[in-house]
Amino acid sequence: MTETIRFKLNGQPVTLDTDGDRKLLWVLRTDFGLTGAKYSCGIGVCGACTVVVDDKAVRSCHTAVRDVKDKDVLTIEGLAPDAASGKLHPLQQAFADLGAVQCGFCTPGMIMTAYALLKKNPDVTREQVIAGMENNICRCGAHQRIVQAIESAAGAGKRG
Amino acid sequence: MEDKSVATNNAHDPAHDLSRRNFMQSLGGGVVILFSATAPKAGFAQEQPKQQPKGKPAGGGFGMGGPPPDLNAYLRIGEDGKVTVFSGKIEQGQGNTTALAQMAAEELCVSLASVTMVMGDTALCPWDMGTFGSMSVRVFGAQLRSAAAEARTILLEMAAEWLSVPPVQLQIDDGVISAVDKSKTVTFAELAKGQKITRALEGKAVTHTLAEFSVMGRDAVRVDAVAKVTGAAKFTADYSFPGMLHAKIVRPPAHGAKLKAADASEAEKMPGVTVVREPDLVAALAADPEVATAARAKIKVEYELSSGAAPETVDEKTIFDHLLGNLPKPQIPANEKSGDLAEGEKASAEVFEHSWRNGYGAHAPMEPHAALAKPEGDGMTMYISTQTPFPAQNQVAGLLKLPPEKVRVIAPFVGGGFGGKSSGDQSNEAARLAKATGKPVLVAYTREEEFFYDAFRPAAIVKIKSGVDAGGKLTLWSYDVYYAGNRSAEMFYDAPHKQQQVYGGPMSFGPNAHPFQTGSWRAPGANLNNFARESQIDVMAAKLKADPLDFRLKNTSDKRARAVLEAAAERFGYKPAPAPSGRGIGIACGIDAGSYVAEIAQVALDAKGAVVVKKVVAAQDMGVVVNPAGAKMQMEGCIMMGLGYTLSEELRFKGGRILTTNFHDYKLPRFSWLPEIDAFPIKHDDLEPQGGGEPAICPIGAAVANALFDLEGVRLHEMPFTPERIKAARKG
Ligand code: FES
Ligand code: FES
Repeated sequence: MTETIRFKLNGQPVTLDTDGDRKLLWVLRTDFGLTGAKYSCGIGVCGACTVVVDDKAVRSCHTAVRDVKDKDVLTIEGLAPDAASGKLHPLQQAFADLGAVQCGFCTPGMIMTAYALLKKNPDVTREQVIAGMENNICRCGAHQRIVQAIESAAGAGKRG
Repeated sequence: MEDKSVATNNAHDPAHDLSRRNFMQSLGGGVVILFSATAPKAGFAQEQPKQQPKGKPAGGGFGMGGPPPDLNAYLRIGEDGKVTVFSGKIEQGQGNTTALAQMAAEELCVSLASVTMVMGDTALCPWDMGTFGSMSVRVFGAQLRSAAAEARTILLEMAAEWLSVPPVQLQIDDGVISAVDKSKTVTFAELAKGQKITRALEGKAVTHTLAEFSVMGRDAVRVDAVAKVTGAAKFTADYSFPGMLHAKIVRPPAHGAKLKAADASEAEKMPGVTVVREPDLVAALAADPEVATAARAKIKVEYELSSGAAPETVDEKTIFDHLLGNLPKPQIPANEKSGDLAEGEKASAEVFEHSWRNGYGAHAPMEPHAALAKPEGDGMTMYISTQTPFPAQNQVAGLLKLPPEKVRVIAPFVGGGFGGKSSGDQSNEAARLAKATGKPVLVAYTREEEFFYDAFRPAAIVKIKSGVDAGGKLTLWSYDVYYAGNRSAEMFYDAPHKQQQVYGGPMSFGPNAHPFQTGSWRAPGANLNNFARESQIDVMAAKLKADPLDFRLKNTSDKRARAVLEAAAERFGYKPAPAPSGRGIGIACGIDAGSYVAEIAQVALDAKGAVVVKKVVAAQDMGVVVNPAGAKMQMEGCIMMGLGYTLSEELRFKGGRILTTNFHDYKLPRFSWLPEIDAFPIKHDDLEPQGGGEPAICPIGAAVANALFDLEGVRLHEMPFTPERIKAARKG
């Protein structure tokens, strides 16, 4: 059923006339051309499609676009507004510097999950990082460096 | 210096979008060195690549008048002084782009950022068989270094003339050649301007020695890292073009099932839906992928099981008997045969017979297979998540009855391949649907389709009969491998009487073999072969009450094996003790892709009886290390990924029906599994760089198996080591 749905996408207000049952993942990828969030399992178990809605990590493959009405949606593309000028978010910087990236397919979902984790708890411990990332899958086995990158970004956040 | 994404598979950058009609023209001006990415450099011919290209190279983007097919990569110093390397290899996550760029930068004395890698585009790159077997760096890299060194020599000669200074008195610093006293300088750009020098690699130029390295041997941040952390990196399904349709194809319930009837009338009524019906291909297409999915669900289909399909009695439990039931004749590799098995048995104080096995496994890359076909004039441009863009080009061209140069295949970033993206039908499907509709069509597999069509790692068995004399020296080694192939099965322990028999291939398909398609899974066959050899060695050590490390060292004179074993033991702080010692420490050693790896794992069991791997130390001899950070990253990745095949990954099926459908029933390693990993390459600087993307995954299964035995004396003969299997093994 077509309805009008307004929300904020990476800081910008957007309006859609669309079927509210559509999944946020496909709306982002098809209607907005934001392809950072990936499809990998489609059933909410891998985290590749993770975006942040009102500071919480959300699996966009499982979220009806209707459910983000009037909310703030942040995707990997909006994480560092001046990425073009080389300024990355501390998490992105840490993932790049520490080699937490292999094929890169899980990476946007990992970073967005970690972003919400650090939002909730900037003083996160290693155990909390591991628990918080448990439901994100990385097939390339980049786990060790992903944990290091999140710890390092958390540290950087505290320092500055 | 501008640090843009030098690295990406930026073949689609319009700046590189050159005419593909004329190869020589496409080479452009400047200094160009053609070379072969597949022939090992003379003098370092450690190993020939096993797979040879099938059939004649298609001529790729070169058309008529192209180079001889053995020159399948080139390096160019353009008229702007920029260095570009063109190769049909692809980046699937293992950092080969970075390592290769480092090698070119090293020999040309430029910074890493000034090398551009153009990869995996059939219109721009010369023919290449594909990216697999950890060969990018060890085979292609050696050639690339030679080519870059040759280009350096040419540039130095030109500079000598330009500056009237003999070449020996010149130095190069980041693309600027100067006299040693800096009195005169000339840039690569000035030298290359207006030139059109094209040479085939002669291999005479001297490459840099270790002491001269300034780019190689240093840690480098991956050249694709920024694109990947910002979401800018594009994978196949991230591309989209005006009018593009998402296709959802009707799938059979089982391998071997044939489509009998389809009724698409309901789907056709849906607004915005196009249905394509061909005898063997029925698909719903729409601009919105969810609409296409809903439409596909409305197509009613009937299938019949064809007579060739495996019976439903063949499943993950009965498969081993099925495979062993009707064996083909074995191959007996000559280099694994010595002495006489009967003699060996006579000389043995103790003889051991065991069999080792694993079931089917899925590649399960996070990116499912995808292909986008875009009709272009009388040709087709394809974006494909593939490890083999040129073979895919041939396939699609054959299917569409087009000359190969009319099909352009671009392999964007690949979201994990591990061997699984050397094959796949999605490109053919996309090409057919694009032809049928005249529109760009994206075929992106769902996870369920990905599991169904995976070219699975084969179920396979190894049987070993071995013996030792009273002094604890190996006397006998009779090694039979069924349906895994013998990669990494070489016997580097000293057994005077040995033989290997290889029954059936890893990809044998048919009523007496695998019931569905199988293929190469990261280090194909090597994981099982390592598990088998290293478990059997441990069984013998335990029986003799010998320390497993001691027993290994006593029985191998292979220097590289000894070196990695000793390095791992030292780093681990290993204290000798016969197993089971209750400590839960296990050792394994292996050879793969020219590299040697030893791993020591420490394990415990959790309250549910599941294995927890606490710590893994891994030492790898991979020759000269191009990018130490990248090498460690690959080793850690191998170990973490390897915990999956070791502990949990198991495919369930009944005949041609695949029962495993998604990540909820195919368990991959999680963050909570992360052991303390200490993985490092050891120094071996007089050996050319060897493979790094696969070797460290091979011994992890065995190291964990041996650790489990050390923990409580229970010996596992089948991977993965699930709580159920451990329980069963305890009962004996
Ligand atoms: S694609 Fe959404 S959780 Fe896997
Ligand atoms: S980097 Fe490939 S899946 Fe995580």
